Amino acid sequence: MIWPLLIAAGTAVAVLLFDVVFPRWYVPLTVAVAGSLAVAGVSAWAPLGTSRVLCAASGQCSFVYDHTAALVSVLFGLLTAFALLLLVPALREGDSPAGEMCFLLACAMTGGVVLGGSRDLVTIIIALETLTLPLYALVALHKRRAPGGASGAVTFFTTSIVATAVTLLGAALVNLASGQLHLPEAFAPSVGKPLVLTGLVLMLTGLGFKVAAVPLHAWAPSTYDGAPVPIAAYLSTASKLGGVIAILLVTDAAVKGGLAYPAGLTLAVLATASLVVGTLVALRQDRTVRLLAWSSVAQAGFILAPLAGLAVTVRPELFAASLAYTLFFIVLELGAFSGVMSLRPAAASGGVIGDLRGLGRSAPWRGATLAFALIGLAGLPPALVGLFAKITILRALIDAGTFWLAVVVALVSVVGLAVYWRPLAQLYRTAPDDRPARSSWAIYLPLAVATAAAGALTVLPQLALDLARWS
Amino acid sequence: MVNLLLLWTLAVPLAGAAIVAVLPDRTGRKLACYVALLTLGLAALPVMWRKAGMWLEMDWAWVPAFGLRMHLGVDGISYPLVLLTALLTVLCCGYTLWHTPEPGRGNVLSSLLLLIEAGILATFLAQDLVLFFIAFEVVLLPMAAVIAVWGGPARRRAALKFALYTLAGSVLLLVGVIAVVSLTGSGDMTRVPALSATAQMWIFGVFAFAFAVKSPLWPLHTWLPDAHTEAPTVGSVILAGVLLKMGTYGLIRVGMGLTPDAFRQAAPVLGVLAVCAIIVGSLVCLAQTELKRLIAYSSVGHMGFILLGIATGSTIGLQAALVGNIAHGVLTGLLFFLAGAIKDRSHTGQLTELGGLREQAPWLAGMIGFAALGSLGLPGLAGFWGEAFAIVAAWSRGGPLWTTLAIVAAIGGALAAAYLLRLLRKVSHGPLAPSLEGVHDARWPEVVAWVPLIILAVLLGLLPVLIIDPAAGAALISEAVGK
Repeated sequence: MIWPLLIAAGTAVAVLLFDVVFPRWYVPLTVAVAGSLAVAGVSAWAPLGTSRVLCAASGQCSFVYDHTAALVSVLFGLLTAFALLLLVPALREGDSPAGEMCFLLACAMTGGVVLGGSRDLVTIIIALETLTLPLYALVALHKRRAPGGASGAVTFFTTSIVATAVTLLGAALVNLASGQLHLPEAFAPSVGKPLVLTGLVLMLTGLGFKVAAVPLHAWAPSTYDGAPVPIAAYLSTASKLGGVIAILLVTDAAVKGGLAYPAGLTLAVLATASLVVGTLVALRQDRTVRLLAWSSVAQAGFILAPLAGLAVTVRPELFAASLAYTLFFIVLELGAFSGVMSLRPAAASGGVIGDLRGLGRSAPWRGATLAFALIGLAGLPPALVGLFAKITILRALIDAGTFWLAVVVALVSVVGLAVYWRPLAQLYRTAPDDRPARSSWAIYLPLAVATAAAGALTVLPQLALDLARWS
Repeated sequence: MVNLLLLWTLAVPLAGAAIVAVLPDRTGRKLACYVALLTLGLAALPVMWRKAGMWLEMDWAWVPAFGLRMHLGVDGISYPLVLLTALLTVLCCGYTLWHTPEPGRGNVLSSLLLLIEAGILATFLAQDLVLFFIAFEVVLLPMAAVIAVWGGPARRRAALKFALYTLAGSVLLLVGVIAVVSLTGSGDMTRVPALSATAQMWIFGVFAFAFAVKSPLWPLHTWLPDAHTEAPTVGSVILAGVLLKMGTYGLIRVGMGLTPDAFRQAAPVLGVLAVCAIIVGSLVCLAQTELKRLIAYSSVGHMGFILLGIATGSTIGLQAALVGNIAHGVLTGLLFFLAGAIKDRSHTGQLTELGGLREQAPWLAGMIGFAALGSLGLPGLAGFWGEAFAIVAAWSRGGPLWTTLAIVAAIGGALAAAYLLRLLRKVSHGPLAPSLEGVHDARWPEVVAWVPLIILAVLLGLLPVLIIDPAAGAALISEAVGK
């Protein structure tokens, strides 16, 4: 089953060709949206059976298309389509070059689709780089740069190089010890355990960059804020999903190779640091997108937290909990970013928190959807979807016997309320009653879909929990 | 399909809240009153199925992955609280129909009141731990919003303080809840889970912390005075009337019901803290200069009596706590209505700037006198039974500790008389204060909101049996405690 992969790559090529033949902004956009929806559709409806490709004589395969791979490629297809829609106002105003933006997003999607099924160290890293490389350009490709926009792109680029180097070094050490590239055999060498151990820790830290986990998180705030908001949304949802999948794949292999304890310990450190640093720094942010970026650092901590339980008990549920939290988070994050966009002028930056003042009253529907997403990120009713996400994490941690981290997660959630309180309070403060301009349908659509999905998961969280299986 | 009644009791205010929020202001407020009345009717019905144990019960699976079930039930412990919640919501929605505090938009306020009602009702009806927790949390943000939008000058700070304090308590409750579900595989609240002694100790610890913040138990009470001072009248009434009861109810149902051994061991600590609350609350009240702050601190003292009753762990103590819960809800609800009426007229809550109310507004002054007498525990009014029997329960446990606690609590009760009489002297008596010159007496919509509470205060004072049928009550409690 490599159709989703072929369609994704084909979409990128088609966008390039159509852009040359019909140089109007909506042509490459339409092709790209159609292609990404086709990826999502084919992955969702194709008969699911595990299929293997690129297999070696020993029976080890580099690409295994299973349930998780299908889920990842559906998500990448949808998230790319939504990012493209959110870009519509910017492309229409000629703020960013349409052909390039659509081509780069389609390339990133291809990387993401490959990543879900990749089962050897080289494929994982190549897939991840295919996902990340286009983002350097996407972050910088717009005319009206927010102050510090270019520096955001440079920070992103340099940090990313360091992170990739660290990951590659780790992969090289693992390969050196075991002589293997395929997972999970690469992590189960007969000799040279310390080398694999060092490699594992380096790989996990380097991959932490992709999810913006502390200590490789510093790029996120300035990059999110300097990038066009749709690209920030993509970084925070699709790109983060890619990082999570890579970490899950590597950790899973490490656990199978008998390295559950060091893997769990490394992830515990990354998770705790991200939770604490992300939440505390988010308290002091005045720009909306920067606040979301720091909160996204903290959310990376929540995503990684269940895996810390591996240090105590090895349970497949820990992987599933991490994946489930990622699903809940993506829905809410998409709602938050598209909510912010819907309340801002077309192709503007995210602005400061004060720009949201009174908008919950003058634009009640858009305000309510943004408020719902923010409350969900804080993990509180009435947005039960966020509370269920937190319960998923706590349940996994307590089942695994990691009580101390459960308490950290709980306490960080309290500070989290103070983080999201400020934009929420601004939304519902009294202000001169000037209704924000109507936004584009292209922004309302992702907003509506994200809100509907969040609403559905509020009533039936089991839907996401069933999808988030880890085999 | 009678069991669906409980689901309807929750669904009606929830659906009502959603519809009321999008209607025009006045229509929305009117509809909210009808919805609240309908909910009151539904909430009153379960009495027809009265028996020992659960009167009505429904149990559906909701999220199998967490062991979360839509398990609702009503029994003798929860029924009076359910009824009180529904009644106070009707009164508050009615009051909002007549008077919406600044900045208006009464339909949104009514909608939030209905949402809070649904959350509180779900807390009292939940028989599944995870469901109980979710219901406990539902109340948080709507209440914070009521304070933050319709409150006094320092409202935003008070609302955030309220939200953070309560959330700090409840996230630990969540850890405890998940621990119970994880260790026993079920969140069923109707039977005592098999937990080891150590696990019980830890879990009871986080439960007790959460409920102590909500009740609030000294020294975790500091959010309460701020929240009360800044909240609009209806917010204060709901907050004092029923929201605090979620803490005491949780302590009885969850703390005592699910971790009984740990509860027995921790009872002396709870008792000491409860008596500290009584004394501290009373002393602060004696020195308090702001009307709503004074009533808020008096709540800390009254909740202390309720917690003392619970801490004794005896049938009589628990009955005292249940009666005290309702009596405090009725009387403090009434006091906050009256304090709100005075502040709306005089635009000040400073006791030094008030006085002589009985000359200018005799009816209003009379009702304050009545509520204050009820609150200080005058025999014959509702406040008496809960406090007197909390002391009796502590005394009859015997031993130096409990005897001392009983004596100190009794002294605290006397102090309550002192500060409430001081309140009356400052507000009602003396020369007419400039701030109260020319203010009008009680208006009829106000009286309509207050009279049910006055009637209840008298009725419960004469017939506390209405809350606790001695025979059935004892059976229910001993079953709940698992003795």
